[in-house]
Amino acid sequence: MNKHHLDDQRVERMISNLLRAGVLLAAIVVIVGAVPYLALHPRTHVSYRTFQGEPDYLKTVHGVIGAAFSWNTRAVIQLGLLLLIATPIARVIFSAMAFAVEGDRMYVAFTLIVLAVLLYSLFGSFLIVS
Amino acid sequence: MADYLARMNVLAFTFLVWTGSLVAGFLGALTGLGGGVVLVPLLTVFFHVDLRYAIGASLVSVIATSSGSAAAYVKEGFSNIRIGMFLEIATTLGALFGAYMTAKVPASAIAIIFGVVLIYSAYVSRRVRGRAAADQPPDPLATKLKMNGSFPDTSGTRYYNVYRVPAGFGVMYLAGTLSGLLGIGSGALKVVAMDQAMKIPFKVSTTTSNFMIGVTAAASAGVYLSRGYIDPSLAMPVMIGVLIGSLMGARVLAKTQTKLLRLVFSGVIVLLGLEMMLKAASGGFR
Repeated sequence: MNKHHLDDQRVERMISNLLRAGVLLAAIVVIVGAVPYLALHPRTHVSYRTFQGEPDYLKTVHGVIGAAFSWNTRAVIQLGLLLLIATPIARVIFSAMAFAVEGDRMYVAFTLIVLAVLLYSLFGSFLIVS
Repeated sequence: MADYLARMNVLAFTFLVWTGSLVAGFLGALTGLGGGVVLVPLLTVFFHVDLRYAIGASLVSVIATSSGSAAAYVKEGFSNIRIGMFLEIATTLGALFGAYMTAKVPASAIAIIFGVVLIYSAYVSRRVRGRAAADQPPDPLATKLKMNGSFPDTSGTRYYNVYRVPAGFGVMYLAGTLSGLLGIGSGALKVVAMDQAMKIPFKVSTTTSNFMIGVTAAASAGVYLSRGYIDPSLAMPVMIGVLIGSLMGARVLAKTQTKLLRLVFSGVIVLLGLEMMLKAASGGFR
């Protein structure tokens, strides 16, 4: 029981480092996109009062990545937000591996269910949305 | 009244939203009520942002604060990964359903539900915690799911048993649905599920809930993204502001008396809830 608890502690510490690194990386990428975005269009007017939705390239993972690498500043910010969304997903993958190392098959299965829901939302939800 | 917003340029708008989010994140962390819950009313009522953009930006910031502050809790060794992971099945499925419903439910109905949730979360924060069931025999289902655990206490290691797993699972599904529908973390309801329904000690409930919030929010984020709810230019100041604010709040927390502050912030939350319902009733959300 005690050893089991200590192992959990170690796993939790690694998870917390993973989460911190993910958030930090995401914030850096967001700022890298935000600075040129604000510098290039400081006087433009914006209105979020009516919902128009985002252009297609900001609505899918591969669209965002493509536009970010051709240096579209809004896409770079969106890439940072995607990294943020990916952080909890990475932690679920890490948990699955940790449960597998512990030999806890039941919890590997539970974790993979959660992972499937997350991946479906990110890559397959356009099926229910459109 | 809203003319000042029409004249505002990107730089000024971004700065004001950033400042508002910073304050929301700071007070949310300091009072333990969460910053996410005031962001949507802040953006919709004061900045006249469409509800869909507001919940998109709020959801993103919820992931940032949950993941960013988890590090502080983990060191103390209170959270229970197994309980969290098992209940995340319920919260992520609920979140997917909630996010799907945002396009089916009219904005005014979402705003009214939001108002109710705001008032409820202010009420929950004032209520007495559930008492851990000390002398009951362990629950067979919870034992099978290996949920019973321990945490360091002032008097050494404290062991606890978990009860009523199906009830907790059900409330978690609801918490996930509200998270996906409203773009919030649903931390208050998650704590209710664990602390009240499953009899998990309060400290373990709150830290495990914080762990779960990020994963729950990530489950609706994909749907929000493909619907075009996540606008980078709006989400950027919100996310950075809330993140910095909540990290500052967590740091100040150790040194301050928060009783009065909690009371004041609860009052603000109730007012924002009423304001959202009023705006919805007068046709302010479309």
